Amino acid sequence: MREITFMEATLEALSEEMARDETIFVVGQGSGARGGNFNTTTGLYDIYGPERLRDVPITERGFVGMCTGAAMTGTRPVVDFMFLDFILDAMGEMVNQMAKMQYMSSGRLKMPILLRGCIGVGGAAATHHSGNYYSMFAHLPGFKVVVPTTAYDAKGLFKTALRSDDPVLFLEHKSLINGRGEVPEEEYLIPFGQASICRRGKDLTVVALTTMVGKTLTVCEKLAQEGISVEVIDPRTVAPLDVDTILESVQRTGRLLVIDETFAICGIGAEIAAQVVDRGFDDLDAPVRRLNGLHVPTPYSAPLEASVVPQLPDIEQAIRDLLAE
Amino acid sequence: MDPIPANLSKDTLLALYRQMLTIRRCEEQLARCYQSGLIPGACHTYVGEEAIATGVCAHLNNDDAVFSTHRGHGHALAKGVTPRQVTAELFGKATGCSQGRGGSMHLFAPEVGMMGTSGIVGPCILQATGAGYSFKLLKTDRIGVAFFGDGAVSNGAFHEGINLAANWDLPTLFVCENNLYATEVAFADATGNPEVANRAAAYNLPGVAIDGNDVIAVYETAGAAIERARSGGGPTLIECKTYRTRPHAEGMRDGGYRSAEEIQSWKDRDPITTLATRLVDEERASAADLAAIDAEIVELVADAERFAHDSPWPETATVADHVFSAGDASHA
Repeated sequence: MREITFMEATLEALSEEMARDETIFVVGQGSGARGGNFNTTTGLYDIYGPERLRDVPITERGFVGMCTGAAMTGTRPVVDFMFLDFILDAMGEMVNQMAKMQYMSSGRLKMPILLRGCIGVGGAAATHHSGNYYSMFAHLPGFKVVVPTTAYDAKGLFKTALRSDDPVLFLEHKSLINGRGEVPEEEYLIPFGQASICRRGKDLTVVALTTMVGKTLTVCEKLAQEGISVEVIDPRTVAPLDVDTILESVQRTGRLLVIDETFAICGIGAEIAAQVVDRGFDDLDAPVRRLNGLHVPTPYSAPLEASVVPQLPDIEQAIRDLLAE
Repeated sequence: MDPIPANLSKDTLLALYRQMLTIRRCEEQLARCYQSGLIPGACHTYVGEEAIATGVCAHLNNDDAVFSTHRGHGHALAKGVTPRQVTAELFGKATGCSQGRGGSMHLFAPEVGMMGTSGIVGPCILQATGAGYSFKLLKTDRIGVAFFGDGAVSNGAFHEGINLAANWDLPTLFVCENNLYATEVAFADATGNPEVANRAAAYNLPGVAIDGNDVIAVYETAGAAIERARSGGGPTLIECKTYRTRPHAEGMRDGGYRSAEEIQSWKDRDPITTLATRLVDEERASAADLAAIDAEIVELVADAERFAHDSPWPETATVADHVFSAGDASHA
């Protein structure tokens, strides 16, 4: 099968959906003729024109609020933040307006809007270009939150997002967007709320998010040589969250470790742990453990930056520790 | 004041009178209902400002989109939400326009283009801009309208929304109801520029200041701006100078931050009695015409309260409905 990058997969999905649905338009800094800072819209301006590929001034609250109104009145906006950290300037519009509009209108308004941007620690991007934020959005009613890892998942989930009538945050880890993977030519969609089992195993379940999926799979290869069998699950969406797949896995392995690059406190790992303990307590042979990044802003300097996120030895140690319990 | 333009028909003039009086009587009734405990939440009335919603919405169709504020009962009524639906919503009943989910500050009736009142100052400006974006992209002649107070003018949403709308020539109308106070903070204390309309120059769109208590002026000015927006001419900022003669919200004080003389001076310029006097004095309608409308509205408003009172409460089993769209394709 052909291989393309994560970002090429989302570009393909966007172009296909824009051809299919004339109400889709994109706003973003550089999303017009320039094709996006991360090539999110390369070539689309020439096909779909300036009204559907709209360069915007640096006015996040403004264009998010504008797109909220647009989504209420018959079009389907895609907001490209470049770096998701910039979304924080628009939080009032998102939390008080976008996320609540369908409820407040008793379902008579729809809110078909896709918000995308790069997340995550890496590349000495420093603290204003390295945030994650998915746990924060998952906490709030009204948002769907997608955190794909592979090119295949990125395309299928992106297409689903563009057909959803709900606000969807499509969060792209900057260390993953250039990763290549197999993507079929023919159309497919991946529903939200379906986790992917990336590796089958019987001794322990790891739920990993974004960059931690690949790192964990690397560690699992090594551990397999010692006969340690680890199951790895990528939730792919954190809202909705597929707890059933995790529970089914824990039923077989008896042990759960959640590995997440970002903060532990009030994070998605805490939610997964709570739900598994609540619904699967009798299946657990050991406490649920979490391995997270440090609860600090993201530093710039390479050794400092590396020290705030779990690395391969940390993951290996966490797995060994939990197996020993 | 200039004479009422000859081209305005008696039907149009009486429709303006009827709409303003409907808002006034509804608001007075809602205030009484608040005082007697029938309305549990906030109640910001539009008393004194009726000419603005009336004069603007008279030009709008059901598929034009209005985005409003916390002081939005008048906009909802003028856009075609019924007194029954508004009153029932404030009572928290299932028959309210938001089915009891919203109350005064969240009135929704998208079927008539009422896209919501909001408890947050500013977002309506951005959302009306977005409606303009949709309507332009969809190649329609529909327009988005934002109603907001002077309190929104110092907010970033005013700058960001108007800048975008002007930049892209969107079919959007920005209607500032400058009633001189944001809650109880005087506009004069909030900004170094006591005018709103002249700010339009900063964004290169037309800005016009008018007497917001003169429904004819509002009707004429809004009509021209709406025609311009519909025909691709872009947005307009209209500053309507007005005053709310009741407190910021029911249960709050009348004065303290404003003088009794000031309040009285604006009551003397009441938009409804002003129009009534002009209609009769200029022989555009008779006192009997107006009296017939007065009687009709007494019954309309009484009916709304009876309806709200007799309506059922929402079913609590439905409380989690509509967080997400029903039957959405993305659900697993």
